Amino acid sequence: MRPLSYRRAAEIGEAVATVSTEPTSAFLAGGTTEVDLVRLGVARHDLLVDINDLPLADIENLPGGGLRIGALARMNDVARAAQVVEMYPGIAQALLLGASEQLRNMATMGGNLCQRVRCAYFRDNVSPCNKREPGTGCSALDGQNRGHAILGTSEHCIATHPSDVAVALVAFDAVVHTIGPSGARIIPIENFYLLPGRTPHIEHPLEHGELIVAIEVPPLPVARGSLYLKFRDRQSYEFALVSVLSALLVQDGRITEVRLALGGVGTTPWRARRAEAQLVGAPATAGSFAAAAAAELDAAVLHEHNAFKQELAQRAIVRGLDQAMVSAVHGGAR
Amino acid sequence: MSSAIGSPIDRVDGPQKVTGAARYTAEIVLPHMTYAAVVAATVASGRVAVIDTGRARGAEGVLAILTHEDLPKLAEPHLLPSLAGAAAPGQSFFPMQKDVVHYAGQPVALVVADSHERAQYAASLVEVTYERAPSITTIDEGRDAAYEAERLFGGLLPARDERGDVDTAMAEAEVRVDVAYRFAANHHNAIEPAATTAVWDDGRLTIYDSTQGIRASQLTVAQLLGMPLSDVRVITHFVGGGFGSKAMVWPHVTLAALAARHVGRPVKLSLTRQQMFTSAGHREEQEQQLAIGATRDGRLTAMHHEKLSITSPFDDWAEPATGVSSQLYACPNYRGEHRLVRGNTMTPTFTRGPGEAVGVFVLETAMDELAHELGIDPLELRVRNHAAVDGHGNPWSSDGLEECLRHGAELFGWAGRNPVPRSRRDGDWLIGTGMAAAAYPVPLFMPTQRARARLYADGSAVVQAGTQEFGTGVLTAMTQVAADGLGLPLGSVRFEAGDTDLPNVSSAVGSAGAGMISAAVHAAATALRDQLVATAVADADSPLHGADPATIEVREGRITQREYPGVGETYGELMQRNRLADAEAPGSWTPPPLDTPHGLLTFGAQFAEVAVDPEIGLVRARRMVGVFAPGRVLNPKTARSQLVGGMLWGLGQALLEGNRMDPRHGRWGATSLGEYLVPVNADAPEVTVDFVELTDTVVNPLGVKGVGEIGQVGVAAAIGNAVFHATGRRVRELPMAAELVMD
Amino acid sequence: MPAWAVQLIAHHVRPKIMHNDQFVATAPPDRPPLTSGPSSLPVALTVNGSTHVVDLEPRVSLLDALREHLDLTGSKKGCDQGTCGACTVWVDGRRVLACLSLAVTCEGRSVTTIEGLAAGEELHPMQRAFIECDAFQCGYCTAGQIMSAVALLEEGNATTDAEIAESMSGNICRCAAYPNIRAAIREVRDAGEGGHRATA
Ligand SMILES: Cc1cc2nc3c(=O)[nH]c(=O)nc-3n(C[C@H](O)[C@H](O)[C@H](O)COP(=O)(O)OP(=O)(O)OC[C@H]3O[C@@H](n4cnc5c(N)ncnc54)[C@H](O)[C@@H]3O)c2cc1C
Ligand code: SF4
Ligand code: FES
Ligand code: FES
Repeated sequence: MRPLSYRRAAEIGEAVATVSTEPTSAFLAGGTTEVDLVRLGVARHDLLVDINDLPLADIENLPGGGLRIGALARMNDVARAAQVVEMYPGIAQALLLGASEQLRNMATMGGNLCQRVRCAYFRDNVSPCNKREPGTGCSALDGQNRGHAILGTSEHCIATHPSDVAVALVAFDAVVHTIGPSGARIIPIENFYLLPGRTPHIEHPLEHGELIVAIEVPPLPVARGSLYLKFRDRQSYEFALVSVLSALLVQDGRITEVRLALGGVGTTPWRARRAEAQLVGAPATAGSFAAAAAAELDAAVLHEHNAFKQELAQRAIVRGLDQAMVSAVHGGAR
Repeated sequence: MSSAIGSPIDRVDGPQKVTGAARYTAEIVLPHMTYAAVVAATVASGRVAVIDTGRARGAEGVLAILTHEDLPKLAEPHLLPSLAGAAAPGQSFFPMQKDVVHYAGQPVALVVADSHERAQYAASLVEVTYERAPSITTIDEGRDAAYEAERLFGGLLPARDERGDVDTAMAEAEVRVDVAYRFAANHHNAIEPAATTAVWDDGRLTIYDSTQGIRASQLTVAQLLGMPLSDVRVITHFVGGGFGSKAMVWPHVTLAALAARHVGRPVKLSLTRQQMFTSAGHREEQEQQLAIGATRDGRLTAMHHEKLSITSPFDDWAEPATGVSSQLYACPNYRGEHRLVRGNTMTPTFTRGPGEAVGVFVLETAMDELAHELGIDPLELRVRNHAAVDGHGNPWSSDGLEECLRHGAELFGWAGRNPVPRSRRDGDWLIGTGMAAAAYPVPLFMPTQRARARLYADGSAVVQAGTQEFGTGVLTAMTQVAADGLGLPLGSVRFEAGDTDLPNVSSAVGSAGAGMISAAVHAAATALRDQLVATAVADADSPLHGADPATIEVREGRITQREYPGVGETYGELMQRNRLADAEAPGSWTPPPLDTPHGLLTFGAQFAEVAVDPEIGLVRARRMVGVFAPGRVLNPKTARSQLVGGMLWGLGQALLEGNRMDPRHGRWGATSLGEYLVPVNADAPEVTVDFVELTDTVVNPLGVKGVGEIGQVGVAAAIGNAVFHATGRRVRELPMAAELVMD
Repeated sequence: MPAWAVQLIAHHVRPKIMHNDQFVATAPPDRPPLTSGPSSLPVALTVNGSTHVVDLEPRVSLLDALREHLDLTGSKKGCDQGTCGACTVWVDGRRVLACLSLAVTCEGRSVTTIEGLAAGEELHPMQRAFIECDAFQCGYCTAGQIMSAVALLEEGNATTDAEIAESMSGNICRCAAYPNIRAAIREVRDAGEGGHRATA
């Protein structure tokens, strides 16, 4: 592991000032991505600024409804917070289906949003990889790409975004609050995740030294019946092959509101906008679910080993919507 | 009079392991310790053109950097399985002797520094420029150049096995099944990565090694360095699992010794998890094909079993696939063949259930297909065809297959199974059940095994053999064997191992450990008992004076006339009167000759129930039952654990575990436990294990056939057969990934 | 005497059991703002109730600090990547992975390792149950399993076998002692002997 300097920040301003003025520095939250990647040599930081003492771990109800989750709240604490379980069960489920108890005790919400991809070529620190070494090429395109994305890909990178909870957050239109060298910002979460395009090394719009302080989830009645399904080879302790966040509002057998997002198949936590658009107003039937799923996956770009995910993701969507019917918020005569 | 043998006592090393007091190799504390880190080749073939160590040498704390330019020249290594009791390098190639690179991950430099972090960091600063040559790392790339191997397993086994006229019988068969399977490579991934600590003292070398065979490490390092065995001592307290990865002696062991000599301080070399994928062998990528011809009433008439696999540039290694298929079932016409592709990997090696974990998968899947084809219950088909004699016409040393099958069927609830595929459903899940026979060869090619027993006049004993504890429970089982042999209570006996200064036993591999070590320990313990009984009957002051030794027994440390338990005395009384502070006896056991006129297989039966989500392609095992006939069971508690472990390995093999080469770079796709998926707790269903206990008077004195491998063998087939039963789909590849299982 | 030996002795003469409530009581936030590195600096680590001051580079993980500097080798290194759980320890009473924690970040926190679980000679009920149920073979994952298992009971999510299995899935056992590990946890749960509390 490369030599590291360490600074324990007592205040937000200090943390931001330190990282923004040191080009090869980074924030250190739970360390579950950062320490791993520095040890692998993939992250080449020389100074880590420990932000764990900053007062950013609270989970608070917002006055107008909704929730503010501090960037340093740990995955396990968020997953088990009563408000989250009640108002956004999909967030709680997504969190609990990720990583392991130990990791979730360490990992923070801010760190989770910023976690790096698990593409083996990115992590091996040897293979050509545009994300790690811009311009070197993408080894996954013609390589072992079973775990890779089929939505939002480019010719330069097809790595899947690994986060589970971010899938729920994009579905619920969460916003990311930051404080950076140029002040505070609010970034809608869908804008937080950038498609790889020609610049896969740029994953989010944060300036160097810009600190996530909180994530706000707006009040969202439909989310109360939300559901997160995660499919993976192993029963636990694995990233998703495909995962689905689904939430429905059904009135007289018709879908009046829907939230649908996918994990494991997109280069970003994937909001299934096309499917959502088809579903609103449609009858809540298997047929509409399947048609919407097909519409969403129509745009899939397939590679040798991940082609099966096009079908898999559609089935997962149908399954997710089907099961969300059980917990869906129903109105009118059923 | 076995009282300790066969009882389910707790592990004697349990308290050390649950408190963290047990020391593993990387935890040995020595003064002035230094740390080594390996720089591994990133190309699969070619040569090191330039190796620039300038930056690394300048890094803080660096003590030395060794490359092919300055590593001393070693004797040539020759691959030979460690059980044979000679030097046992894992491959006939030692890196860093020249600039050549034969496989990615091959060590090209070794950095020694004063801390772990500094060594690792400096290793990352060594800049190596390679001249890359074309490489072959998959079967597909080398298929056209495949050749028929002559001998396998380091020359120990013939690659071809043939009897009768297969082609004619196959052509004439009333029913035929012909199946072809592909298998991704497997990596052992013992949770303790391999580590070696080496220290020199006055020209003598002590090595702390995480190994399945301290003797093999000693023999190998001594041979490579040209040292007398008396100057090389290997110590191992605890080993964090082996599964075959620590059965052979890989280059890092000798590299640690060389580095320690170079810096004149102890060197600790711990391989990283990532390096474990290229440093201790693997189960090779392979393809197998099995054709079976049978009569309509389900009698096998012809079998043709072929394997194609990829090996290293320097060894004809293949796991033998046909050791069971050639003899489990009576079949007059049989041909087994192994073909090889030379590729740029290290030499593959033993991986739990070597050979048969895969060979029996193919056999037992084909049998299931045949049963389906013929409409015969799969279990009955096995019973009907089970051979009474081995391929050479020799009777089994002990059998038990039918009992295992029948008992397993009962425990599992096999009777009344509806054989129609896709006939059971539970919500989103299709439910299926499957079974398979299991068998694993009992190896006998080890040299004489030795142990030593010492009794003190206070009635306590130390019994020693140069084996090592890597989870098999050998310390516990041998304490039991020694206690019974000596006629002492368990608490009075300590079994000591883990040091080559103790009497020689071979590496514990191929399930041979319990049988051969118990034989030597039993011999030493009973020899010592007999020696003291002889002293008693010769001693005019003993109540046993003049008695016939055959009428005497020892229990709880008391020597008595069997018929008159009141007549006798304790070991202690006898020894003190005879001015014996202690008494000692060696014991040894030489295995039966290789041409022993007996069939040598351990048998078992596997049953599994799976749930398959046919839309998503996921398979989850719901319950598993295994019944085994491993001869005498020394400790049912630890034996059961080993069998459960083996069965869950079979689950991993069937559903999760596989690694593939990226042929463009010649590197493995998975090099971490996040990428190479082994089962986690939630994957493991409840597992039922039972025994059919049989007496075996051939394999070794106590009739122990071993439980290390048999637990795994057949499981993958039982699961695959259950997946077929659930879905009606045969998955022709392991692991059975979702994309292969989905409708 | 080398530093490790001093610490070894210090540790051995002051064995202490940590009760969960003590974590709060004995761990005042003693984390002054600090800039250091890349060379080593004294780091005060409170492990199993004793405070050790060790010279550590900031890059040293908690796991390596324990194993290489404090001679507390009970916590194991199976991967150094967060993928196996062998390094599981408690920091401020919560189970975490020592391989992905930098030691310097643990200053002012209370670290408990397997060596701090038994009350002197008396094993923790979970340790006893692991022996009775034969919940290990090679023993290399065992410290992590036990630290996880005791924490799991404390967390109170061990009602069903499925919960236990899921919550223990961050601890890989390659010997695959999983069914026996679950049995040990059930045994301690059913005996009401609970989580962090040692037998003392
Ligand atoms: C074995 C393993 C399995 C995993 N499985 C899953 C899984 O199944 N599902 C899943 O979702 N995740 C999984 N993870 C990922 C895990 O959730 C992330 O590593 C974790 O959430 C990162 O949070 P952290 O606090 O540890 O971040 P750190 O590692 O401390 O930081 C990560 C990155 O974010 C930056 N950062 C941290 N906090 C902030 C902030 N407040 N503002 C700006 N930048 C910040 C850091 O500088 C760093 O670059 C797994 C991880 C491992 C190691
Ligand atoms: S998919 Fe992205 S991360 Fe992976 S190799 Fe290609 S560019 Fe790198
Ligand atoms: S060593 Fe920490 S998780 Fe494997
Ligand atoms: S006991 Fe060996 S890895 Fe768990």
